[in-house]
Amino acid sequence: MPSLNAQTKHPVTITLNDGTRTGHASPRMLLSDFLRHELGAHGTKVGCEHGVCGACTIRLDGVAARACLTLAVQADGRRVDTVEGLAPDGRMTTLQDAFNRHHALQCGFCTAGILMSLSDYLERVPKPTETELRDMLSGHLCRCTGYAGIVRAVMDVTGQASGNADAKDASGRKEPGHV
Amino acid sequence: MKPAPFDYLRAASAEEALAALAEHGDEARILAGGQSLMPMLNMRLLQPRIIVDVSAIAELGKIDARDGHLAVGASVTQSGLMASSDLATRSPLLAGALPWVGHFQTRNRGTVCGSVAHADPSAEIPLCLVALEGEVVLRSARRRRTVVAETFFIGPLTTLRKPDEMIEAVRFRLPKPGAGHAFREVAMRHGDFAITACAAVVDADRIRLAVGGVGDRPVARNWPILKGDALDDALNAFAWELGGDDDQHATARYRRDLVRRVGRLVIEEARSCQA
Repeated sequence: MPSLNAQTKHPVTITLNDGTRTGHASPRMLLSDFLRHELGAHGTKVGCEHGVCGACTIRLDGVAARACLTLAVQADGRRVDTVEGLAPDGRMTTLQDAFNRHHALQCGFCTAGILMSLSDYLERVPKPTETELRDMLSGHLCRCTGYAGIVRAVMDVTGQASGNADAKDASGRKEPGHV
Repeated sequence: MKPAPFDYLRAASAEEALAALAEHGDEARILAGGQSLMPMLNMRLLQPRIIVDVSAIAELGKIDARDGHLAVGASVTQSGLMASSDLATRSPLLAGALPWVGHFQTRNRGTVCGSVAHADPSAEIPLCLVALEGEVVLRSARRRRTVVAETFFIGPLTTLRKPDEMIEAVRFRLPKPGAGHAFREVAMRHGDFAITACAAVVDADRIRLAVGGVGDRPVARNWPILKGDALDDALNAFAWELGGDDDQHATARYRRDLVRRVGRLVIEEARSCQA
């Protein structure tokens, strides 16, 4: 295969959430920018652009990965799942619904990435312990929630512990958000 | 932060990748998982003229246990090695250390050989490779050579790899019968770069301790079976040899203290799991 020239835009075709989409990218274009600027899929957020914050996490051929550490040309011919694909008919998934109920987000900037990580992770580890879950969440920065609501939401949808209406946090107070 | 422009080659075979390296030399960079290279490109710490993507080369995706070694090919991801069969028996040290490499999301793409090529002094995989007396298999269009891990790393982000060479595989020594292994690290948060990481291999007549994050590369020492004060003295001497530097995360003194304390912990832990 000949190399792709740096100065030229090349067609890149991906399967984006079950639809085939084509755009154009020079070799240096990041997959995160390709999704947002070329395909208009703004659900994927861009934070640190060096793989630390996790905001841009997508699934590449089903596997959770940083879109900012992937070149758009690398994704050519592959499947990319983003947060837009989680609720195709406009109804939230049970996990998204639990995020809502448990106040697992405030500003929402980290949420798309966390949901995409979880959608891969929970297929591999259907009932994570809280320690395992927090370890996985260490790959995401959330500065609003302190992760407490996120942990509660996941524990709820995996049928473990504190998910019910009378859920309490560690201090024994009734969980805020349940009225 | 966007990379500077570069040409991109998705190599279909190792030969094609090596031909590109022969042509472009140090203006080319190998891209496998991209979890170290892509941040360097995004921050423009590197501005290669051409990126040679080896992630799709099937022949580089193998994990083989033979000739006393566990050989891991250039496109094997850290997650792939973690999920490989019998890792806990083929390499208990790697099984213990890999969960400390980055995060779930980066291990899915980051490769074992890529971490060795990047040669961060605090990285876990180079440390394990040194602890296990491993080897790096380097291949160019002209030849193939094998370098002992301990001599491969020569400084921060610096190795013996020549510009026309790629790491074809790394070879971790398989455990000797009756040996015990342990890994521990201290970092600000799980998944961060280690302030200090220690890996110990203890068998019937030898203690081997490798330390990362203190010197400018992973460094190992061998001792006979020492106990009590003799072990403390050996650890203390090793800590002073490594020296360490102050940075925003820890002082050199704190790092040396971690060598003494975490070093002792992993040696005791390795001893306790000797079969």
